[in-house]
Amino acid sequence: MKDRLQELQSEALGKVQQAEDLKALQDVRIAYLGKKGPITEVLRGMGKLSKEERPVIGQLANEVRETISEAIQTKQNKLEEEALEKQLEEESIDVTLPGRPVQIGGPHLLTSIIEEIEDLFIGMGFEIKEGPEVETDYYNFEALNLPKGHPARDMQDSFYITEELLLRTHTSPVQARTMKQKDGHEPVRMICPGKVYRRDTDDATHSHQFTQVEGLVVDENIKMSDLKGVLNAFAKQMFGSERDIRLRPSFFPFTEPSVEMDISCKVCGGDGCSVCKGTGWIEILGAGMVHPNVLEMAGYDPNVYSGFAFGMGPERIAMLKYGVDDIRHFYTNDIRFLKQYHKA
Amino acid sequence: MLVSLNWLKQYVDINGHTPEELAELITKTGIEVESVAPIAEKMTDVVVGHVQSCEQHPNADKLNLCQVDVGEETLQIICGAPNIASGQKVAVAKPGAVLPGDFKIKKAKLRGVESNGMICSLQELGVDEKDVPKEFADGIFVFHDEVKIGDNAVELLNLDDIIIELGLTPNRADCLSMLGVAYEVAAILDQPFTPQEEVINPVEEPAADYISVKVEAPDLNPYYGAFIIKDVKIGPSPLWLRNRLIAAGVRPINNVVDITNYVLLEYGQPLHAFDLDRFGSDQVVVRRAKENETITTLDEQERILKPEHLVITNGEQPTAIAGVMGGADSEVQEDTTNILLEAAYFHPNAVRTSSKDHGLRSEASTRYEKGVDPNRVNLAGKKACELLEKYAEGTVLNGVVEFDDLNREPEQVEITTSHINERLGTGISDEEIADILRRLQFGYEQNGELFKVTVPTRRGDVELFEDMLEEIARIYGYDNLPYTLPGGASQAGGLTLHQQLKRKVKNYLQGAGLDETITYSLTKANRAEQLVSREVKEQAKAAVRLAMPMSEEHSHLRLSILPELLDSLSYNIARKQTDLAYYELGTVFISEEEQVIVQPKEQLRLSGALTGEWHVHPWQQEKKSVDFFVVKGIVEGLSELLDLPLSYQQAKLPDMHPGRTAEVFLNNQVIGFIGQIHPKLQNDLDLKETYVFDLNAEVLFDSYEIEEAFQAIPKYPSINRDIALVVDEQSFAGEIADTILEAGAPLVKDVRIFDVYQGEHLESGKKSIAFNLLYMDPNRTLKDQEVEKAHEKILSAVKERHQAELRG
Ligand SMILES: [Zn+2]
Repeated sequence: MKDRLQELQSEALGKVQQAEDLKALQDVRIAYLGKKGPITEVLRGMGKLSKEERPVIGQLANEVRETISEAIQTKQNKLEEEALEKQLEEESIDVTLPGRPVQIGGPHLLTSIIEEIEDLFIGMGFEIKEGPEVETDYYNFEALNLPKGHPARDMQDSFYITEELLLRTHTSPVQARTMKQKDGHEPVRMICPGKVYRRDTDDATHSHQFTQVEGLVVDENIKMSDLKGVLNAFAKQMFGSERDIRLRPSFFPFTEPSVEMDISCKVCGGDGCSVCKGTGWIEILGAGMVHPNVLEMAGYDPNVYSGFAFGMGPERIAMLKYGVDDIRHFYTNDIRFLKQYHKA
Repeated sequence: MLVSLNWLKQYVDINGHTPEELAELITKTGIEVESVAPIAEKMTDVVVGHVQSCEQHPNADKLNLCQVDVGEETLQIICGAPNIASGQKVAVAKPGAVLPGDFKIKKAKLRGVESNGMICSLQELGVDEKDVPKEFADGIFVFHDEVKIGDNAVELLNLDDIIIELGLTPNRADCLSMLGVAYEVAAILDQPFTPQEEVINPVEEPAADYISVKVEAPDLNPYYGAFIIKDVKIGPSPLWLRNRLIAAGVRPINNVVDITNYVLLEYGQPLHAFDLDRFGSDQVVVRRAKENETITTLDEQERILKPEHLVITNGEQPTAIAGVMGGADSEVQEDTTNILLEAAYFHPNAVRTSSKDHGLRSEASTRYEKGVDPNRVNLAGKKACELLEKYAEGTVLNGVVEFDDLNREPEQVEITTSHINERLGTGISDEEIADILRRLQFGYEQNGELFKVTVPTRRGDVELFEDMLEEIARIYGYDNLPYTLPGGASQAGGLTLHQQLKRKVKNYLQGAGLDETITYSLTKANRAEQLVSREVKEQAKAAVRLAMPMSEEHSHLRLSILPELLDSLSYNIARKQTDLAYYELGTVFISEEEQVIVQPKEQLRLSGALTGEWHVHPWQQEKKSVDFFVVKGIVEGLSELLDLPLSYQQAKLPDMHPGRTAEVFLNNQVIGFIGQIHPKLQNDLDLKETYVFDLNAEVLFDSYEIEEAFQAIPKYPSINRDIALVVDEQSFAGEIADTILEAGAPLVKDVRIFDVYQGEHLESGKKSIAFNLLYMDPNRTLKDQEVEKAHEKILSAVKERHQAELRG
């Protein structure tokens, strides 16, 4: 019986070796290890053996079984591995073909600029305020020290709806509204972005609709040097830390003193070039200390409170930063223009 | 304002600064310099020549052969100018000279005769055509004055001047005069400046013998001064005066006119010269015009007047519109001998009204409108008299006949050093303040740190402490202010919830593949009321119209963003850009009144328009055009983003496809619509199939609730069941899904539609809709029987409400 078992083992191992696929291997398993297989048969004949021989043969039979089983398993792993490899081989693709496109849109360039400005000022503790685009004459002009008959509020420059209502010509009325809202004693620190309208014929540098960002700080002891510090921080973050600013006198009815802020020209670094018309400086925004009449009209005592205000044009900033050469681009919504500035 | 540097240097030493340095200093300290440019291009070798002889060219009718003495030599020059004559002193470009335009003068032969140089016209010397006196317009320039042969003609003609153009803000009207500019530059450079005194030598005969002055509107004309100058001789002005006018961009005409223009430029005070003999009476009466009264002005136009217009009259007829333009009848002419010279203060508003109503803006009206220096009115008149004596051989009569109710008191402003420093953030000393006031030539009394400043009347813009603050700050230098940040209680800046939601929605839509646009709020009348959502239409009486639109293109405020958005699509499609997905978050303007009186409501709306291919993957032959469900998917995504349950109901809306449009509801309120625009409208706009959405963003944002509590992730398994229902083809899947949810509550948590089928194996007029139902209880595992029971209830509900049969 011993011999028979060893013979079966080598016979089975030989067949395992020869098996070329999982089916053949399964056949070997059934043939040798199945309930009707020869090893079972051998074990069945164990009754005829002596008491001493029985455990020896039993053990041997188990060893043979295990050996065959192990061999089958090993072979099976190998065959499965090969089959998988073959399948993966067949599944291979041309990875250089283009992928399925994901549709992505983007913000309008003016929105990007405005949100960048908002975030800069939020970082300095400013709130974002909004106001109506159809304004009353009072908030658009009178509350800003532009009484009726003032030359700077010519009918020809504004879109009036009635004598008392017009499309706001600047975002400055939000200054007056915010101060009113704060009731003449709370400090104010806000910016206000928004659309404004003027009677201009649309051309490369004019648009009857454009955007502005207005800023206002009112508190006790606000100094002109604070204005300079805030604008400097803004300019350095918006245009680059290597840029310098300068203030020079200007005039706005709602601020006194009034200034324009220039930044040093990026192109020439301040030496003068065609971009900056040889001056080394580029005008960015208008600003000033809030006029005492404006404070007073909004209920702030100009002897206690002082403040500064500034206003800038996102279109102009976009034109400077990204070289946009025609203001109409912002409003015609040419897809080729919009897509260009998605990363702006 | 054009400032001649040569003229300015007659008043102030510019201390060796280059014109560019000076311009930079002026810009930084006071007034923006818009340009610095030479009056003419650089020239060499142009000298004064004396035409000794002038004969016709032997071989050409229209040319002259001249012998011209240029000092060291006599040049033979051929000249074609019609006004050349022997004995003239002219400007000669010698051989080797370079004229503007890089025009090099060489010896040449003209029709066989040698020509050694060129006799020049002013245009050839670089003078602007519009500034050339008429007598030289079509020929060479001829010196009328005493000039030395061989002298540098470029210098004599002031063609080496530099022009500094000032961009004046409305407050700095003081610099609409050369004297004002001189004060300004003197302050900036810390140089002395005192204007010259006017010197006249009147005869004894009093002016009052010839004229009387009566002002009937002293509110508009607080001062009127009349000078009489007799026996003037009209002729050309002296070269220096003409040079200055040309430098300032004013064309010389004759001595009398030139002198009034010159004084206007120097003093900033407009003057008017009447021909006394043509004035029509011996009295000046200033009054408001009568309704429909007329005057023919210098430009030969008949003007119809109103009582708002101030006029100068001779007691009967208007002879001038005050401060704006004189009448043709009393104009100074070639034969004028006696002059009535007006030096007056007209109220800015009076002049502004007249100048606006008649469309007449002049150097004079500009200055009156901004307010002239009350203390310079009379001096300017005197200055003109001085010049008329000298350069028009005039005889000035004694005295000025005047009406005088003019306030000439200077403003007093008190400042303290500490207050100045508090407001500027500086540490300026009392001495520095005093020094700045001295430089500005402002009078002051100092008492420690208190300064009582007397502001000269030439600076009408300085009235308040803040105005003085600016004066001190700009002379001290804005560059010298420190950089500080505002103190006080700091607040936490940030975005409001609405502002955050705006950004959130924009990011979502961009991520979904839409590009943001910004279109115009003002649109055409017919567009303003197109594609307006029902709830907006119900509130708005009509689109708000501008009182005076600039064009019909932009006459009304929009009630919907869509029309202009569709216009953007058309614009792109015309440029072969056919795949477009746009959205805009912007305001519409809703007025509840027929006749607008109060501010219209401004509502934030979110609109989108999509057309063309949506997904394209060429090598996999995948192509998906935009359709209703693309747009609906985007809106559904939005509803998920904001966690707001939106529902949709088929709707028939104007300009929309009747079968492919739905109104969008939130809590049973219409908040907008989605769908395809009507094929007719598509055609009109040259669009292909285009789908839009329009939503009231304000309601969405107002309804948004911040998720405060954390929702536990379900611990117990859910059960999925599919059912296919056969219903009438007109049935709405959404309504059936609602019924399922309702009948299956609380166990059914979600219903998804995964198949819609119509055709073979189904009765005609029927469709089959397959739903996937999700059963779940967050607190326990569901038993099969419970699900079965719920399922039965659902089946009977859909059968009852929608006549739905389970598909066998
Ligand atoms: Zn530059």
